[in-house]
Amino acid sequence: MNQENELAVEHHEVGHVHRDDEGSKLGMWLFLFTEILLFGGLFVLYSGYRFAYPEGFVAAAAEMNTFIGAINTLILLTSSLSVALAIAALQRSQKKLCTSLLWFTILCGFAFLINKYFEWSHEIGNGIYPKGPALDNMSSGEIIYFGLYFTMTGLHGLHVIVGMTFIGIILSFIYRDKITSTNYQKLENAGLYWHLVDLIWIFLFPLFYLIH
Amino acid sequence: MANETAELHAPELHAPSANPNEVSYLEYQGKHKGILGWLLTTDHKRIALLYLMAVMTFFFVAMTLGILMRLEMLTPGETIMKPQTYNSVFTVHGVIMVFLFIIPGLPAIFGNFIMPIQIGAKDVAFPRLNLFSWYLYIAGGSLAILSLFTGGGAADTGWTFYVPYSIRSAQNVSMTTSAAFVLGFSSIVTGINFVVTIHRLRAPGMSWFRMPLFVWALYATSWIQVLATPVIGITLALIILERWIGIGVFDPALGGDPILYQHMFWIYSHPAVYIMILPAMGVVSEILPTFARKDIFGYKQIAISSLAIAIIGYLVWGHHMFVSGMSDTGRVVFSLLTFLVAIPTGVKVFNWVATLYKASIKFSAPLYFVLAFIFIFSVGGLTGLVLGTLATDVHLTDTYFVVAHFHYVMFGGMGTIFFASLHYWFPKVFGKMYSEKTAIIACTVFIVGFNMLYFPMFIMGYLGMPRRYFDYLPQYQGYHVFATVGSWVMVSGIVFMMGNLLYALLKGPKAPDNPWGGTTLEWRVPSPPPVENFDEIPVVTGGPYVHDRPTYIMKPSIELKHTNGDKTIKPTTEEAVH
Amino acid sequence: MAEQTAEHALEHYAPEHSAPAEQHAAGAGHAHMQGYGTYFMVWLGLVAFTAVTVTIAGLNLGSVTLITALVIASVKSFLVITYFMHVKNDSAILKVFIGICLLVFVIIMVLTFSDLSFR
Repeated sequence: MNQENELAVEHHEVGHVHRDDEGSKLGMWLFLFTEILLFGGLFVLYSGYRFAYPEGFVAAAAEMNTFIGAINTLILLTSSLSVALAIAALQRSQKKLCTSLLWFTILCGFAFLINKYFEWSHEIGNGIYPKGPALDNMSSGEIIYFGLYFTMTGLHGLHVIVGMTFIGIILSFIYRDKITSTNYQKLENAGLYWHLVDLIWIFLFPLFYLIH
Repeated sequence: MANETAELHAPELHAPSANPNEVSYLEYQGKHKGILGWLLTTDHKRIALLYLMAVMTFFFVAMTLGILMRLEMLTPGETIMKPQTYNSVFTVHGVIMVFLFIIPGLPAIFGNFIMPIQIGAKDVAFPRLNLFSWYLYIAGGSLAILSLFTGGGAADTGWTFYVPYSIRSAQNVSMTTSAAFVLGFSSIVTGINFVVTIHRLRAPGMSWFRMPLFVWALYATSWIQVLATPVIGITLALIILERWIGIGVFDPALGGDPILYQHMFWIYSHPAVYIMILPAMGVVSEILPTFARKDIFGYKQIAISSLAIAIIGYLVWGHHMFVSGMSDTGRVVFSLLTFLVAIPTGVKVFNWVATLYKASIKFSAPLYFVLAFIFIFSVGGLTGLVLGTLATDVHLTDTYFVVAHFHYVMFGGMGTIFFASLHYWFPKVFGKMYSEKTAIIACTVFIVGFNMLYFPMFIMGYLGMPRRYFDYLPQYQGYHVFATVGSWVMVSGIVFMMGNLLYALLKGPKAPDNPWGGTTLEWRVPSPPPVENFDEIPVVTGGPYVHDRPTYIMKPSIELKHTNGDKTIKPTTEEAVH
Repeated sequence: MAEQTAEHALEHYAPEHSAPAEQHAAGAGHAHMQGYGTYFMVWLGLVAFTAVTVTIAGLNLGSVTLITALVIASVKSFLVITYFMHVKNDSAILKVFIGICLLVFVIIMVLTFSDLSFR
């Protein structure tokens, strides 16, 4: 197979699309902007309410398990490393290494979600959830804190699942050689999405777990 | 240089096995036949028509709801419906008009059809995503209609879904807000597609400052779609979560701040009005040079003003909240910033009028709509300044004055240009011509009816008639009756207009490739265009509105062979290809 | 005349593809391969910053904790964006776009607080 350049021509059915890696990347980044602003709205609300209820937020944050939070942060940072390495591996035509690293990334995602599951179970078990019994005795600040906590970490968790699925799909493309060392923008795009998931957590962690 | 549909069999640069360009996009039978060829199409032109049918359907539904509202307002007290119903009717009227007509109308139909041709491309950057955006639109629209018939009926909160009522209302708020959420996604997808298309698929030689102004407008609009829509996405999702599990974020009973909701809502919904109007202004900048038969005045200023409006549009949302309980500092800041947005808008209006000055004007239906637009939009815009001023807004907010203002800018603005676009590009899209005389009569009836319907509302509002009220004091009845009669006149005009176009579609004479003498690329391809728009991607050698010489090379493989090797013409640095 | 512009325009026009008017280097990710080592170094930095931010939070420095935590989070984000997401090697226009997105977020925060901080 001769060296394809990024603008390789595909002949000739109607509506055929010339491959444009740069355009694909641009499109992915624009989508990431929408995700940033989606969470951004929640961060604005968080800021507004933390400003309005400083003591309530401090009180509520005492319930959080900083250790699990920190472990989850490390898990996601490591998974970002592995997906970046996976792309580097594929660039060097090391397909086996690439797929192993991608499986590792997905594994990290699972680990993150399992931690989350234990965290939430513990909190919900203690009656701490929207309209839950523990909230009856709490101040407005604490109620809002937990409302935001479940919403933001929940939405983030959803995005972890989506990211894992995305990487899974990319893995199937790699196995079928639809993504190769000269045609891997889709893998880069999946990587970008995963890094975004990591970025959001980089901010969620201090805002929810490091208020003392 | 000949630019009619000559059957030149130019040597193809891609030698295809079967030339898809031998028939128009309407007749082409590709991988899928018949109706599947439409429902599974990735051709931007077919997708545009899919949107046209869907948008027009929803427009007529919402228009009917508007007629019903006006019937109800003929008398104080109950006329034809209960108060609860009235609240749901104006809510759904707003939701459909805003999210299913005004926001998507111009980009999804004319942006999709015309923009790729205007930049010399064969399609958009992501054709399958384009089709997906249409399915999202249909899903969102279906949810909106479904909300009328499920769970107690549609939301009765107004299209703004203000808390705490939207949390407490027994109506099916969650479904109505879900509809808006899904429609937001459709808008985002279109926005992403257009930004990438405009960056990556412009024909060789088409630098940024050689793009048609409609493309500039769509570019600015697409950025707003991408950056603003997610904020309302999350806000509506939070309403649903609030209703479903009571997170407390917007519920005052749990410590939430209703004003924060309003901030979040308007952070999108103000830029949204620029999503609505920027494409319309882009179309005006297309129609004027065509019928003035001269270059647009101040091309660069108009292009930059589109970006300026998009940017400043992010800074003014608080002017919807002057009486909400916002801080005085906030109110002063937002009022000041609101005045700024009038500046780039004024730049456009002055440049448009200057284009007409000493021009060789050819009168036609599209131009007639545009002239009406300039008057109507100016009224709307100036009354916006009245509302942007704190002292006057305190008296006029939540009255019919506001209702009149936004109908003048949204309906009289975008709506009029929607009709103008239908008439301007009809021959290109369908290859048929309509009766100009009938169109002009229909337009006149529409304009008269429009002003009869909405102008009295300025006066009513000034005299104290509140908006969204089912009942009212007898002193306002005269205005209401006049307005309702106006609504009948207006709707007759619209129906007449659509009837004329429908008749032309079925029985109209064949249209030439360039009935108006336009200078942009869509007028260089056949009417209707072939599937891939161009046999060869043209090469651009000048600006978009030059009338005295051609600025496109349509068959570069033939024509560029015969050069004398003269390399004198380069784009100047300011037009340098990015 | 069309012909005069033609040949020069043709030089930009490679008929093998519908070339975009702007010719970026063939996909920045292709042109530049970051070494495995760089990624590891960035990861170490990220882990170190995480440790710092957790430690500082434990020190109970009051309102300074928030600012410090946000600054550290921003630095970590910068590392992820620049190296893991390859923005370092990307086109200038993409960097501008990222800036615009962040600017919009900042504007929203500032203007919202023009209300919230003055009630």
